[in-house]
Amino acid sequence: MRATQKLAIPAIVAMMAVAGCANSSSGGGGGSGSGGALGGDLKNLPVQSKIDVPSDAVKPAGDGKAKCDPNTTIGYVGAMTGDNAQLGINIYNGVQLAVNEHNKANPGCQVKFTKFDTEGDPTKATGPATKATSDKNIIGVIGLPFSGESKATGKIFENAGLAHITPSATDPALADNGWTTFFRGLGNDNVQGPAVSKLADKLGAKKVYVVQDDSTYGIGLANTATKGLGDKLAGTDKVTTKQKDFSATVQKVLDSKADAVFYAGYYAEGAPLDQQLSDGGFKGVFIGPDGVKDPEFVKQAGDASKNAYFTCPCIPGDLIPEFATAYKGVSNGQAPGTYSVEGYDAMTIMLAGIDKGNTTRAKLKDFIKSYDAAGLSKKYKWDSKGELSALPVYGYKVDGGVIKSVGVISEG
Amino acid sequence: MLHELATASSESWISFNWDSLFSNFLPATRDGITYGGIYALVAVGYTLVYGVLNLINFAHSEVFISGAYAVVFTLTGLGFDGNSPNLGTIPLIGDLLVALLAGAVTSAVVAVLVERIAYRPLRARGAPRLAFLITAIGVSFAIQYLIFLWRGSVAEPSVRMVPVKAIFQIGDTLIFLNQIIIVVAALAMMIAVDQFVRRTRTGRGIRAVAQDPDTATLMGVSTERIIVLTFAIGGLLAGAAGLFYIMQVPSGAIYNGGFVLGIKAFAAAVLGGIGNIRGALLGGFLLGLIGNYGQYLLGDAQWNDVVCFVVLLLVLMVRPEGILGSSLAKVRA
Repeated sequence: MRATQKLAIPAIVAMMAVAGCANSSSGGGGGSGSGGALGGDLKNLPVQSKIDVPSDAVKPAGDGKAKCDPNTTIGYVGAMTGDNAQLGINIYNGVQLAVNEHNKANPGCQVKFTKFDTEGDPTKATGPATKATSDKNIIGVIGLPFSGESKATGKIFENAGLAHITPSATDPALADNGWTTFFRGLGNDNVQGPAVSKLADKLGAKKVYVVQDDSTYGIGLANTATKGLGDKLAGTDKVTTKQKDFSATVQKVLDSKADAVFYAGYYAEGAPLDQQLSDGGFKGVFIGPDGVKDPEFVKQAGDASKNAYFTCPCIPGDLIPEFATAYKGVSNGQAPGTYSVEGYDAMTIMLAGIDKGNTTRAKLKDFIKSYDAAGLSKKYKWDSKGELSALPVYGYKVDGGVIKSVGVISEG
Repeated sequence: MLHELATASSESWISFNWDSLFSNFLPATRDGITYGGIYALVAVGYTLVYGVLNLINFAHSEVFISGAYAVVFTLTGLGFDGNSPNLGTIPLIGDLLVALLAGAVTSAVVAVLVERIAYRPLRARGAPRLAFLITAIGVSFAIQYLIFLWRGSVAEPSVRMVPVKAIFQIGDTLIFLNQIIIVVAALAMMIAVDQFVRRTRTGRGIRAVAQDPDTATLMGVSTERIIVLTFAIGGLLAGAAGLFYIMQVPSGAIYNGGFVLGIKAFAAAVLGGIGNIRGALLGGFLLGLIGNYGQYLLGDAQWNDVVCFVVLLLVLMVRPEGILGSSLAKVRA
């Protein structure tokens, strides 16, 4: 073994020698965006401190006099574990809060809430979806959160006549399948994609580079964003989910002289991409959609995240004090995240239907179809395809390590 | 209707962009070599174990990611976070060595444990080759999901220890400090292991067992000791690769984060000639470079794996033994 030690020494010496060079060199151009200042003519957008909630927003508590069968159940089908679990957790905590508020106010109607884990994975989602539809007590479902899994399971819900409101799946094509049980509780990527261009304008970015992943969500979003950008498009690249080495993408972005990068995908890849962009010397802004807007993004991208902005058809729940406080009671103190309010609103609609006596799948579906009232986030009134008409998109940014709203960037 | 076409772009699905490849040749080479060094270090673990036991240790990707986790925990403990640190040279080297030690030792321990729990009992009972293959895959998933249950589905917050700093430039291409450290240290370690196997007494033991375990035992070589040592050496290098991986991808510690890199490293080992340490080095660098050149030429990163594995296939068609071919047993001092 003595020989090993002898041979290990040159390795260590080599490392020392290299590290030694580091100190004496001038540092070159690859700063990590220190100080957080954006390069070029880019502008910072100010953070919003409060938002107005519709005064006539329907609350889950109702009138407190509801009566219903104690077996009445609403299900959540979506990610509870998996790479992008946090989004699912944000949603079902919002749903849980609505159920708690409803059951507390209505002793005569204790609605049950059951969760089914899909890991956010289209190949695994059909199992839990089938399980939910075969439970006869379940008359409505919140989910599924992601576009890919929604696409894979829409038919199962349609066949079972079980209405489901997705609080977060944004692929436009989902509404084109003729599913009568599909309801989308937010704006789709036809709204979010073009909002990227509007956000870029507000930031003063003139050339935007679009990077997409290989998910249904990322591809759809990149398509609409690219169309919206028009002449501002500086170039495109395609990456894969689970990819961590983005060195070639970074180089292409630098070559394109873009002052903004839009990443159509999720935070698991978005965070290392933003970090490697900053490391490589990119001085512009990084724009992510709702799938990237997550506290995990900030943790995983480190100080590189200072350059990050987001688009999201989601309302900042933390700026609704009453909701934020109540939410922390069901989330172990975590602040409301992306789609917590939308989950809460979707469940409120289901509960309102149950309170009015719509306790079969068919009746609840019809109730949702003809629903027309405000929730905390927006007005809920669906068209025949299951799309809403009021579709605000909010802008967000990383400010002091926290994601904060910069206000509505497009009314949709 | 536009979105019906969302998955199939209307442009040609394949096109060659030679301009992009030529104008980005230097950065592509730089990045390919950096990741190639990491692949090579992991590939040694596959190659050594294959050389000695004719076993593909699929759990080696988890040996690697355990090292990456150890590095992240150690650095977090030392007070590093997602911000680029501003350290002097001496503390920087000190912290790097501590992290290297933590990663290498953890990976080595995991590798030896895997051998102890999953392979040795089978070997003692003379189980068929297929049984080893299945336990290897089983252990790989078991470790992945143990980490999943313990740490959850998200990656560990990023930690950076090496300041982001360009040291020199070739043309317009900046060469960064972390890249130099990775390539130099990976090369040094590979040479050290190669020399160890070629020149030392223990190395001769490894070669003897690789050639003919029964005869080696008759000659007084402790086969079991050599096997444990082989796993440990593979683990040490995988742990070092864990450190370098975290230097490149500070948020890289995630439960399934070893899988893809492990497959790449295994492919590198096969490309260079499985059982051959120099082959692992060559295969690692080649695979890193080919993937990078390929994604510039073909336009996007989704081509990376396609190019890597098509080249692997082509090489194996011409040289089924891999580029350098010869196995561990045939190495002459």
